[in-house]
Parts: sequence; C-alpha cells; structure tokens
Amino acid sequence: MSKQELTIAVTALNAIDNPGPGVGVIRSLRACEDFDLKIVGVSYETMEPGVYMHDLVDISYQVPYPSAGSDQLLNRLLYIHSVEKLDFIIPNFDAELRNFIKIAPTLRQHGIQTLLPDADMITTIDKMHLFEFCEKNDLSTPKTWYINSIDEIEKLEDEFEYPVFVKGSFYEAYKVVNHGQIVAYFNKLSAKWGLPVIIQEMVQGTEIDIAGLGDGKGNLIGAIPMRKLFITDSGKGWSGVVLEDTSLIEISRKFAEVTKWRGGFELEFMRSEDNKLMLLEVNPRFPAWIYLTVAAEQNLPAAAIKLGMNLPVTPYDKYISGKMFVRYAWELITDITEFQKFSTQGVLSREETPLKIQQKK
Amino acid sequence: MNIKKHIAVSESGVLFNGSTGDSFSVNPIAAEILEMIKSNLPEEEMKIKISDKYDVTPERLDGDLYDFLAHLRQLNLVEVDE
Repeated sequence: MSKQELTIAVTALNAIDNPGPGVGVIRSLRACEDFDLKIVGVSYETMEPGVYMHDLVDISYQVPYPSAGSDQLLNRLLYIHSVEKLDFIIPNFDAELRNFIKIAPTLRQHGIQTLLPDADMITTIDKMHLFEFCEKNDLSTPKTWYINSIDEIEKLEDEFEYPVFVKGSFYEAYKVVNHGQIVAYFNKLSAKWGLPVIIQEMVQGTEIDIAGLGDGKGNLIGAIPMRKLFITDSGKGWSGVVLEDTSLIEISRKFAEVTKWRGGFELEFMRSEDNKLMLLEVNPRFPAWIYLTVAAEQNLPAAAIKLGMNLPVTPYDKYISGKMFVRYAWELITDITEFQKFSTQGVLSREETPLKIQQKK
Repeated sequence: MNIKKHIAVSESGVLFNGSTGDSFSVNPIAAEILEMIKSNLPEEEMKIKISDKYDVTPERLDGDLYDFLAHLRQLNLVEVDE
C-alpha cells in the first residue's frame, strides 16, 4: 500500500526542561509507516529547539503570540498554507487552543483539518471546574476551595491541614506550610492570574499520568498509563514507565465517554497510599512524553491524524507495559545565521541550513 | 503461592510490578526462591532444595523463608492459593 503524502503543521517545539509536546508528537508521526510526511514547525519563539531539529522538522514558521488573537493567527496560518499546502494542524499548547478552536471552521474551509475539543469541553475540565466535574462523574479529586479574599483563608483553615497547594486560576502552583506563606502566594497569584485563587488539599502518593485519544463521539481510541519515576524540581516527569492497569484504562474510557472528548488528552492522577486514584488535572492535548505511547504500541498522534482526515481508525485494545523513557538534555549545534534568518524572516527550512555541522564527525 | 501475572522477574534478579511501576532488586538466593515459586514448588520442597545447596540450619531457613514470603505478600507481589 502506498504511503499517504501529508503536510502537517505542529506547534510547541519548545523541547526544553519544561517541554512542550510538539517534538514528541512529530517523532510519533514520523514513526508511522502509513504516512509520507512533510512537517511544518509552528513556533512562537526563535529559540524553540524544534525549529533547529532538521531531521524532524522540514521547515518552521514563526507565528504571533496567542495574546495577539485568533485573527492574527489565522492570517499567518493562511499565508503558511499558501506556501506549504497544509493538510492538518496539531496545536499542542494550552494557551493557544482556544484560538485554534475559534479558527478551525475557517481552516477547514481552506482544506486544513484539525482534531480539537470544543471550547465548552475545555471549560468543563479546566482548573476552575475540575472539582465540579469530578463530583458529577463520581471521580475522586483532592478537596478544593476557590477563594476571592484573604479573609476567607482564616475561615477555611479549620477545614484543611497544612501543607496544601495554592494555585493560580490559570497557571502556577506552590506548596505552602503555614498561614504566612498562603497569604503571600495568594497575593502573588491573584495579582498575576486574577481571582479566584485555588487552594487544594495535598495528597501523598505516586504520580500517574494517562495519555489518551477520544474520537468526539464518546469512544476511546487509545490510552497509555505511565508512572513518573523521576520528577524534576519543577515537578516535571523526567523518567516514567508504562503501567499495566485496566482500571486506569477504564477511567480513560469513562472520561472519553462523559466528555465526548475529541482529540488528545492527558489525565494527571495521584495514587494515594491507600490506593485511591485522585484526578489532579486534565490537559486538553497530548503530553510531552507522548512518544512513549508509540513504544507501547499505540501511536496516538498518528491515530489523531487519521481521525481528523476521516481515514479508518481501529481503536487500540492492547498495549505493552514496562516500556520506559528517560528524558535527556543535549546541545544541538547550529549556526548563528540560522537563528538570524528565523528571527528576521520568520522562516527556516532544512534545505537552507548554511552549515552541516551536525553531520561532521 | 504464585507470582502475580503483572510481575516480571528479570534474569538479573529484579522484580518489576507492571501495575504500580515499582522495581525491587533481590539477592541471588531470593532470585532462586522466586524461580521456585514460578515453578509452583511447594514450600516444603523449597526448603529441601535450599538446605541441600546451602549450609543453613533448619531454624534459620524456616525463619528467613517465612520472612521473605511474608515480605512478598506484603508488597502485593504474590497471590496465595486458597
């Protein structure tokens, strides 16, 4: 069977110490033998490492920051489309997702497919609504309080025991151990991300994440559970292993069913010492460790492309446990002229690489 | 007693619990005992094999084997036949 030629744009090429999923998604797509791919990197920053990874990314374009709005993004993507003839776009940043959802119908009119959840689906599972979502769907989650003023903290202190987490309404979380710290972080987070500030009970245990894919009709196409084996100071998994646990797959199936989730997702759990699974967070996209799913014999990004292109997709019914990843950092050597070209012209192609330093022994 | 199905025992004597992601390294004698458990050897026959091979008093063997098997059960690595 001949391979399908596709040009796919991918965002989040920031393969740094707190990595975006883009490079992992591209590695997964490259591993799929059904496709003959041209990968177009879509980058917000000039230093996103994926821009310079010419073995994975054919050409990269810079796009305006999400804060510039969906019209700016659409204009830039349609320009890229006029040059590259895009078939599909996979956005991988939380912050850009709503812009992409907004412009998806227009992209489709131009022949560019996506596989994205609805804006309402994202709202249902965001930090502000996760507690309610879990209560409604009989899922366990740590006790959570939403507070709008410092006065409320004192009243709440009878209800929880330190340490607890203090979280911004969009990003950032800090572990606090006393009243002084909670007040300080309330001020910091409310100033940065607005109100309310979230206080969440801290649960001890092991961190388990699930990467999954839903078809938008309530069906789970695949899911791989992973236990974090090594966690960095900033809380990111640096190593993990695929688990064999049918209960985790059933939770993923339930999530896909009740949300009718369309696209990739990540469920973050804490398994408490008494073996209770607590849902901590849902990310509306594939995780950075998504390439591990390929090793476990479920290529979820490739399946997402097939779903979005209306190609036949058979849901995965098995996977291999015991596959493990260890993330690593190394220095990719390029030339300053590549950086100059990308930062001034907003485009960098594999063909135009001025030096072949990477091939030298 | 059987080793649970999601437990893998490597040749190098490491147990991997595929359900929890926990790994445990064991010493060579413990690895031999695990092999015996995998072969469904009854506890009394395990003792005979070990005492034939190693210089150990029956009391010490009883105590150590009891502790080891209890530890395996505590870690949820084995299931006990009813």
